[in-house]
Amino acid sequence: MTAGSITWFANHELRLAWRDWLSMMTAGRRGRERIVAVAVAIFLVFAHLLAWYFVGRYVDVGTEPDKPALIVITGTVLLSWSLLMSQAMESVTRAFYARSDLDLILSSPAAARKIFAVRIAAMALSVIVMAALLGAPLINVLIARGGARWLGAYGVVIAMGATAAAGAVALTVLLFRLIGPKRTRLAAQIVAAVIAAVFIIGLQVAAILSHGTLSRMVFLESDTLVALVPEFDSLVWWPARAALGDLTALAVVLGGSLALLGAAIAVFSARFGDHAIAASGVAATGARQAARSGFRLRGAPRVLRQKEWTLLGRDPWLVSQTLMQMLYLLPPALLLWRSYGEGTGALVVAVPVLVMAAGQLAGGLAWLAISGEDAPDLVATAPIPRGLVVRAKIEAVLGAIAIAFAPFIAALAFLSLSGALASAFGIFAAAAAATAIQFFFRKQATRRYFRHRQTASRFATFAEAFSSISWAATAAVAVAGSWLALFPAAIGLGILAAAYWMSPHRL
Amino acid sequence: MVFALDIRGLCKSFDRPAVAGLDLGVRQGEFYSLLGPNGAGKTTTLRMVAGLLPPDAGTIRICGIDALRDPVEAKRIVAWVSDEPMIYDKLTPYEYLEFVAGLWSLDAELAEARARELMDWLGLAPHAHERCEGFSKGMRQKVALAGALVHGPRVIILDEPLTGLDAGSARQVKRVLRERVAAGGTVIMTTHILEVAERMADRVGIIAGGRLIAEGTLDELRAQAGQKLSSLEDTFLALVAEQQAA
Repeated sequence: MTAGSITWFANHELRLAWRDWLSMMTAGRRGRERIVAVAVAIFLVFAHLLAWYFVGRYVDVGTEPDKPALIVITGTVLLSWSLLMSQAMESVTRAFYARSDLDLILSSPAAARKIFAVRIAAMALSVIVMAALLGAPLINVLIARGGARWLGAYGVVIAMGATAAAGAVALTVLLFRLIGPKRTRLAAQIVAAVIAAVFIIGLQVAAILSHGTLSRMVFLESDTLVALVPEFDSLVWWPARAALGDLTALAVVLGGSLALLGAAIAVFSARFGDHAIAASGVAATGARQAARSGFRLRGAPRVLRQKEWTLLGRDPWLVSQTLMQMLYLLPPALLLWRSYGEGTGALVVAVPVLVMAAGQLAGGLAWLAISGEDAPDLVATAPIPRGLVVRAKIEAVLGAIAIAFAPFIAALAFLSLSGALASAFGIFAAAAAATAIQFFFRKQATRRYFRHRQTASRFATFAEAFSSISWAATAAVAVAGSWLALFPAAIGLGILAAAYWMSPHRL
Repeated sequence: MVFALDIRGLCKSFDRPAVAGLDLGVRQGEFYSLLGPNGAGKTTTLRMVAGLLPPDAGTIRICGIDALRDPVEAKRIVAWVSDEPMIYDKLTPYEYLEFVAGLWSLDAELAEARARELMDWLGLAPHAHERCEGFSKGMRQKVALAGALVHGPRVIILDEPLTGLDAGSARQVKRVLRERVAAGGTVIMTTHILEVAERMADRVGIIAGGRLIAEGTLDELRAQAGQKLSSLEDTFLALVAEQQAA
């Protein structure tokens, strides 16, 4: 392998990507590879079992399917593609702004065009591999039960990854040109999050408005949609046909996607270096706040709470990350609004979504307040008992949750008072549990690692997710008026106890 | 005599002993410089004094207060500044000092007057209402120093405070520290810049292998090292080499 050649750079990129992935999976701890391998294997087996249950009715769909089947497959492809596109945009933004080797690469005599061509291709490859890993259980089950023609689905996965990477590069470069390197970082991250959310939410909103349900499948298979979509011979269905094993469609979809990626590499790799230089030259300039005089000092707990809220409010990136989680509340809010005056049936669907969202949001905020303290030494050397600091931070988190969810509880109260009480309890329990788990597994880090906070402890991540699910189930069953709500509540408490038991900071 | 800092038998081990039975006394109103090779235990010692790290054994008294038994009272009179200024990017220097004043429960009027005075001294006044995210390392270090001084500490502990500062910023920081000592405060500082210790410190302590191997004025250290007219650098290297050989 000649130094400086395309293959040499590709080898370098793949080695870095592999080590990054391994580090993410093992949280940077040596000797955990075997545990991770076992966990991945268990996950894959579990995912295949789930897939076996869910995809059964699509196994026998032939190469000439009916419209509902085409719609469901195309919808699934679009949904997955939007998530891949979002992931690819994240990768491109990282390549522009966060790679620490840009100075080295751009100051070396190696051709920047070659390096960035490899880098774009590596991004596409990582997106494809991720998509293939996530899609593998579904596709493998379809192959096992429906025959080898379903191998075409892997071709569609490759096409999706290639187009997502090409689209992400083009969109980011477009943003660069339109709004400049300084604003692109934030804009690209917001666009990535919106792309990921908009299709899922759009489908749910359509399902609610047309059928009064959160189920996307009900909407995708509805007669209304079947009547609206293009005819069988439309190009729109070619990805679905390719997935079903139509070799002509597969050749066109796969060939076209790879050609698109090749074109993106050819067009943008030469300019990627200039943009990367422009991005690296962006110095953070401090915004000016309105001058004021007179300190407003109201005791340590209050200044700590105020500090947390000020920092959150002034960081548009963190706000966007947080608001994106709130975006997923739109469908249940819409469902509640639509069901107003039609009884409490919709509550059973909407309440658990609210509780889940509260748990997830509280987990993120708690990480920021507890682990993401940017001046830990300052706070630790202040003459305040440690318990008071922790209490103030927990109050800051729960206060923010209360403000965010109060309108929903108020709306629920108009539908059903008991439902509102059960929801308020669920939201409080999920938020408090997520905050407690973040406290048990606190690990000092700066706020810019917010997106990678899950890597600090896989156990904490899963505990937080399952805890939110338990409290969501508790609230849903409680809203239905059943004492069986005690069971998921007991599971939620059990998860909290287990998290405490596993915590490195156990007293 | 009541020491500003009185450490007895201080021990701390991680994988290996970092501080091993350290005894150290710093007088009130003294500028004390703690020197030592990398990994000697300087930062670990000072972090234990600041209440950031619990010791395995030993006692720490700050102006007569037992810092291990009554950490809150001890923290009230101590300031800690590390080599990596930990400030909030999204706050302005004015807001940062307001936050620190709130943590130390200061009177609002007094705190604001002190904050304005410090910002003037350190050349931060023109940037008082700009967020810190665009500040250079030197500016950030000055904000952190202003935060450390705003509550009027009797003991100021600084871990490599001049690292990365330009000549002008370093001079401002040194001037502020000398003024604090002149006003009766105690400054304890680690530094790798031996000229700074030579010119500013009343007494110097040399630590190696987690123990104090030499202490005194520059003349006393020279005498201990048997080098009459040498610089602090020569004296320091001779004493450390002697300790390592032993």
